[in-house]
Amino acid sequence: MTLQSFLEMGGYAAFVWPAWGLSLVALVVLTLVSWRWMRRAERLAAASSLKAPDADPSARPPSEPVA
Amino acid sequence: MNIWYYANPERFAGLARTLLPWTMGLALILASLATVWGLAIAPPDYQQGDAMRIIYVHVPAAWMAMFVYAVMAVSSALAFIWNHPLADVAAKASAPIGAVFTALALVTGMLWGQPMWGTWWVWDARLTSVLILFFLYLGYIVLWSAIEEPARAARAARILALVGAVNLPIIKFSVDWWNTLHQPATVFRMDGPTMAPEMLTPLLIMGLAYNLLYVAILFMRMRAEIAERRLRTIRLGLEPAGS
Repeated sequence: MTLQSFLEMGGYAAFVWPAWGLSLVALVVLTLVSWRWMRRAERLAAASSLKAPDADPSARPPSEPVA
Repeated sequence: MNIWYYANPERFAGLARTLLPWTMGLALILASLATVWGLAIAPPDYQQGDAMRIIYVHVPAAWMAMFVYAVMAVSSALAFIWNHPLADVAAKASAPIGAVFTALALVTGMLWGQPMWGTWWVWDARLTSVLILFFLYLGYIVLWSAIEEPARAARAARILALVGAVNLPIIKFSVDWWNTLHQPATVFRMDGPTMAPEMLTPLLIMGLAYNLLYVAILFMRMRAEIAERRLRTIRLGLEPAGS
């Protein structure tokens, strides 16, 4: 099998390669988007649980602005 | 091991953190193997020629389209029974993954249909019921984001996921109940697969790779969802800091 005949896919190159290419791109993008969302969410959650001095808003120091 | 131990969202997130590299790594290895096997080693079909190689990405995507919805429906049922947040998290995290698999099943099917049937699309029972599955996923995702109050959104989403589950047997048996252009099952059938082993093996490996990839992405999205819920709780001031 030559590279040329492999790329031609028996005349079905215009269908086989887009099918595989789109599958690859869609699954890679979904993985990356999910990964980045996970990293951001876990960082934010960790940062704010360290920052909050106390969960009870009435116990916060008066200098802290109330959201 | 008590499975209820991991029903605690934070403990589950820890378990997901441990299992994520293994599921993702195995998915990548199997997908690479199935790609080389399916594109270069497996023989062309005697009727379909090399267009048959589309099947190695079409069929696993279609399996996962249904499998992920089944997971969503079962999680939604469990969420109703136990009212456990992790069940809603699993269902919600699954929906976008299922939608992508369904879109891929539809698009790769069209790319196979054009050279084999001479048309990109026909409104036969199999294609139409899978298109409905795609819209069920989209509706489910929209429902979560459209309803402001989390408890109400969860309830509406559970109902949609469960009602939509009637579509699953319709998809599975559409090729038997109606006279469809789509061919009947060749792998999961009562009398065993009718596909040649040199084509069936890479197909099953790719199916396993897709399944593991789903689990890996599900772990990521569930961890994200758990972290966001924790963040919301902290901001509402309901949880002592550092817990």
